Amino acid sequence: MKLKFLAPLILFISLAVFLGLGLKLDPRKLPSTMIGKQAPAFELNLLNAPGTKVVESGLFKPNDLIGQQWILNVWASWCVACRVEHPLLNELANKTDITLVGLNYKDKTTDAEKWLAEHGNPYTFIPKDIEGDTGIEWGVYGVPETYVIDQSGKVIYKHTGPLNSQIINSELLPLFGANQ
Amino acid sequence: MIFKAHISMIKALACSLALLAMTTFSHSSYAVIEQVNFADTQTEKRYKQLISELRCLVCQNQNLADSDAALAKDLRRKTVAMLKAGNTDQEILDFMSDRYGDFVLYRPPFNATTAALWLGPFIILFGVVFALIVHIKRRQEENMLATTRSDSANKRAQIQNLLRETSDLETDGFLASKSKQDN
Repeated sequence: MKLKFLAPLILFISLAVFLGLGLKLDPRKLPSTMIGKQAPAFELNLLNAPGTKVVESGLFKPNDLIGQQWILNVWASWCVACRVEHPLLNELANKTDITLVGLNYKDKTTDAEKWLAEHGNPYTFIPKDIEGDTGIEWGVYGVPETYVIDQSGKVIYKHTGPLNSQIINSELLPLFGANQ
Repeated sequence: MIFKAHISMIKALACSLALLAMTTFSHSSYAVIEQVNFADTQTEKRYKQLISELRCLVCQNQNLADSDAALAKDLRRKTVAMLKAGNTDQEILDFMSDRYGDFVLYRPPFNATTAALWLGPFIILFGVVFALIVHIKRRQEENMLATTRSDSANKRAQIQNLLRETSDLETDGFLASKSKQDN
C-alpha cells in the first residue's frame, strides 16, 4: 500500500515499452498467407531478353518447374526499389544455377526490355503479368516481392520489399542448401 | 526505412489533401474511382459495401473505395468481375483474405490472433467499472465514518460547552445559593 504512488510510474513504463516496440514494427510487413500453400497457377506470355531460356510455346506455367526449387521475383521497370536489389539478383544468377523467374508486373514490354538491357538480366524466365491479375492471385501488394517455391510446387518463403545481401545469405540461400 | 516512412507520410498527406479538395469542390464522394455500371442497383449497393470494407494494401489507411493506388484499382476490377460472375459477398471477402490475409478486411474475423483486439476493450471496460464501483463503495463508507466521527465530535463539543456553563454558574454562586435554598 505504501508503494501505491509507484503505480502511475509502472503504468507509464509498461505503456512506453509497448508503444516503443510498436514503433519498431514495420506496418508494411504483412504475414503472408501463401506460405505452405500450393503456388497459384497461371499461364503467361514470356518476355525474351538476352539470357532467358527459350520456350517453344512462348508461355510459362509454374507447373513446368515441378521437381525443382525455384525463386519467383516480382519486378517492374517503374519500380524504384527493384533497382536496389537488381545487382544482387545478377550476382545470384552468376554464382548459382537456381532458376530465377522474374514476374514482370504491370509493365510495358518495351520499358521492361529497355530496363533489362540497362541493368542486366538475371532471370531464366520472364512471364508478363500486364494486367496484374497474376499478382492478385499471388497476393502481391508491394513490388519487389520474392517467393521460393519447392520441388512439389509449394510456396515456402516470401519476402516483401527489396532484398539485401544479408537476407539473401541468411534466409534465401539456406533454403537451397547444397544446391547453390 | 525512415526515408520510406517519410514518403508514405507525405503521400498520405497529399492523398488526404486531394480527397479534402475533392469532397469540398465536388458533390460526389466517389469522385476518385471509375464509374462501374451494374445491371441492377442491388449489385451496385453490394459493390459499394464491399469496396468500403476492403483495405487498400498500398495506402494502408484507406479502403478500396477511397484509394487511387494502382493495386486498389486492380482489386476493384477483380471485385466487379467476381460480382458479375455471381460470387457471394463472403466468397469475395474470402478470396481477398486468402491472398492478402485478414489485414485486407476492415472488420477482422475473431480468431486466436485477434482475440485481444476484440475482447481487449470489454476487458478494460469491465476492469474500469469494477474499479469504479470499489472506489465509490469505499468512499461511501469513509463518508459515513466521517459523519459519525463528526457527530461524536459535535456532541463532545456540546458536552464541553455544557460543562463550561455549569462551572460558570458555580463561580457565579448560583449553585451555591441554590444549595442554600435547598437546605
